[in-house]
Amino acid sequence: MANLTSKDFKSDQEVRWCPGCGDHAVLAALQRALPKVSQALHYEKERYVIVSGIGCSSRLPYYMDTYGFHSIHGRATAISTGIKVANPWLTVWQACGDGDALAIGGNHFIHAIRRNIDINVILFNNQIYGLTKGQYSPTSKLGTITKTSPYGTVEHPFNPGSLVLGAKGTFFARSLDVELALNEEIMTAAALHDGCSVMEMLTNCVIFNDGAHKSLSDPAVRADHTIILRDGEKMVFGRDRDRGLVFDGRKIRAVRIGEGGYTIDDIMVHDSHSDDIGLHMALAEMKGPDYPVALGVIRDVKDITYDDGVRDQVKEVMAKSRIHCVDDLLRSGSTWEVK
Amino acid sequence: MQHKVIDANDVVIRFAGDSGDGMQLTGSLFADMSAIYGNGLSTFPDYPAEIRAPHGTVSGVSGFQVHIGNTEVNTPGDMCDMLIAMNPAALKANAKWCKRHAMILVDEDAFDETGMKKAGFKTDNPFTELSVEDRTLIVAPITTMTKESLKDSGMDQKAILKCKNMFTLGIACYIFNRPLEPIFLYLEKKFSKKHPEVIEPNKKVIQDGVNYAANVQAIPNTYTIEPVKSAKKGTYRNITGNQAVAWGLLAASEKSGLPLFCGSYPITPATGILEELAIHKSLGAKTLQAEDEIAGICTAIGASFAGNLAVTTTSGPGLSLKSEALGLAVMAELPLVVVDVQRGGPSTGLPTKTEQTDLNQALYGRNGECPIPVICAHSPANCFFAAFQAAKIALEHMTPVILLSEGFLGNGSEPWLIPSMSEYPEIKPPFATGAMAPGERFHPFERDPETLVPKWAIPGQKGYEHRVGGLEKTHEGVLSTDPVNHETMVRERAEKVARIAADIPELKVRGAESGKLLVVGWGGTYGHISSAIHDLQAEGVEVSYTHFDYINPLPSNTEKVFSGFDRILVCELNSGQFADYLRAKFPEKHFVKFNKIQGQPFLVEEIKSAVRKEI
Repeated sequence: MANLTSKDFKSDQEVRWCPGCGDHAVLAALQRALPKVSQALHYEKERYVIVSGIGCSSRLPYYMDTYGFHSIHGRATAISTGIKVANPWLTVWQACGDGDALAIGGNHFIHAIRRNIDINVILFNNQIYGLTKGQYSPTSKLGTITKTSPYGTVEHPFNPGSLVLGAKGTFFARSLDVELALNEEIMTAAALHDGCSVMEMLTNCVIFNDGAHKSLSDPAVRADHTIILRDGEKMVFGRDRDRGLVFDGRKIRAVRIGEGGYTIDDIMVHDSHSDDIGLHMALAEMKGPDYPVALGVIRDVKDITYDDGVRDQVKEVMAKSRIHCVDDLLRSGSTWEVK
Repeated sequence: MQHKVIDANDVVIRFAGDSGDGMQLTGSLFADMSAIYGNGLSTFPDYPAEIRAPHGTVSGVSGFQVHIGNTEVNTPGDMCDMLIAMNPAALKANAKWCKRHAMILVDEDAFDETGMKKAGFKTDNPFTELSVEDRTLIVAPITTMTKESLKDSGMDQKAILKCKNMFTLGIACYIFNRPLEPIFLYLEKKFSKKHPEVIEPNKKVIQDGVNYAANVQAIPNTYTIEPVKSAKKGTYRNITGNQAVAWGLLAASEKSGLPLFCGSYPITPATGILEELAIHKSLGAKTLQAEDEIAGICTAIGASFAGNLAVTTTSGPGLSLKSEALGLAVMAELPLVVVDVQRGGPSTGLPTKTEQTDLNQALYGRNGECPIPVICAHSPANCFFAAFQAAKIALEHMTPVILLSEGFLGNGSEPWLIPSMSEYPEIKPPFATGAMAPGERFHPFERDPETLVPKWAIPGQKGYEHRVGGLEKTHEGVLSTDPVNHETMVRERAEKVARIAADIPELKVRGAESGKLLVVGWGGTYGHISSAIHDLQAEGVEVSYTHFDYINPLPSNTEKVFSGFDRILVCELNSGQFADYLRAKFPEKHFVKFNKIQGQPFLVEEIKSAVRKEI
């Protein structure tokens, strides 16, 4: 099989996102991750299908030289589901935005997670409607001023991680557009996960919501305001790697190592494969100023997938049934002869 | 009383009771048995939207009409020869459907003060109050006799009362001289595994019903309805429209070699199709009960992109929800079958009643210039062929197709001469084939010059990577807002659908090819209009009839057929949607509308008088 490179995944279409848009970096990470995924899983390029809804990020399929489906607003998850159930051999990736997946497409999103259908969903979260030029989205912070909320929003945002884990998601990861190496790592892990993988990418919209994630992405504060979770590693963060997360029997606390009696031995070790969805939920919901925001693969657990279930049931019934063709079917049950 | 056996050509029996009384089962058992006996047959269930509406009230009455005959039967019948009413409400709701000479059988035990009050009777004589006192009335203590019949059965009181319908079935079997073996066989088959203890009691109660009817001396006449003599030889079965749609789609899956995928959301009266397909996983069918109507069609569009024969099933309100996605399927030029089993609208409307009011929605209900082929089924058994055709057109012409069925067809049933799949054509989708040279690109919207159909490349095919979607594109599949390109693509998509006319059968005319009046129908009105035309022509009335199974595009000889007539009477169960469509296409012709919007099929008599008015 061919040794694929990131170039093989680049289409001949000109990328038309605004200069400085965070989506460029996510696209680059995907184009770098897929050759690695292909090598690990022995996938040929024709096996990839990239689906999207509507929005800036949903233009992504045009920039990938794979099979692609740029569908309609909010429905990418339903289209992906159909593709995967119809042909489980295909490997399905999906690009969707916060408005696309969590507002108009919220229903499909939670049900794909509930079913644990084996698709890889990249959720571009820039906390704004970009393509329609700047209206608030379901992830905009309370009070955000936009064109449709000139006096600030009066509604609470979704935390996509809580939504995914609340629907008993089997894979959730979070990252920043600028974390190119981490994003490649997350995408590879998502591809290897058998089930619905949701990757929340906090992206920057330079035009309508510039700096929305600045408190996380700014190199000056990134190490103090985020924590990268990796399996088997201590949950340590901070510019000087002197802070960490402990569990005090009741809840998670962010502490300074060496202060208040906490030593490195008290710091928790991350286990994304743990059954403990409560702990994963607590990690996904951490936010400033008391906590760092968790990045990396937060949850990655095994469970039965919908597409396997459908396929296996068909096989099972085929083996047992006495009806093997339509002629059999038409003559099954009560019939009578006219002679 | 002198008992007479009458040799009848056809009879109509209406079973009516509370929605928990088992009247649908009683009616379908009577129908199946008549089918096996060899009668011509048509059935029509008429039931309330509520699963268990308030007990004993008129709104909770569930009915099942069976029309049997010694020749082919096209309709469930207008008025009935016999009404079986299990309670006062059932009598009240159905008395108006009794012919002048009809027999009315009621359960005397249910006509107590409470029952009469719940049904809203004002006097203590329901028959006089409803002006049916001159019919043949059989007032039988059905509840008491069912209890008596099963007192030693070991069943509890509740289970015994549930057998009232079987006692009634026994009476009906006596009156219409039906053989009991097929029912006994059905009971044995149905209950042998899980509840073998109920088989004998049920047989006994049916037999006791027969015995009661034979001894009671209250029944003046019994009827024999001979099997159909001219019936074509072969194997028959009874089939409902919804079942036939499901099976027709499975047949198309087999003939195309593509696995069937159905993404649907439950909705009355279409759910039966999804339920039926869910059973037949042995034929490779995958069903996905989606989270909503939109997910139903979108999962199907995804499955189509992935190379399955993709289907979504729904009724009017669901079709509204699917509109945007239908546009996507048109734009992406992917095959898809959308089945709309029409019900009374608008909005939730009359969910369990029949109508033909979604025609405009099917033709026009989308944004942009968005042509979709629309075809329809004309009888329960015809749903098989119609569904097969819908899939064939979708797959061979790379387009979504809307198949219009109706509640009346979906739930109605008729005997069907089972075809052999060897009689059905292969389905040949325009697959993209051959190896791509290095650097060569697949052009997803490059068209066949004859049919304007693009090629179908399915993910997984090496070298054919391409992108589809809702944005306008060039033939090469590249995004384009070029004004001329857009107009070209709009015209080509419309012309692609128009050219399907070359693949559909021509219209047939029943009666003279020219004259003063042509009657036109479409979809499920076929049985009633055919019967009316048959009778009128037998009376010597000069009228011709043509029936449309294909709405968009119209059969290629439509104009020629119309040209032979002065006036065209378009009969449909809406306010004239098809007539308006025809008027727009043939403005020089004189169309007259005959419409009914009552949630009920036409009566044959209504069609006859409409025709007489025009002659």
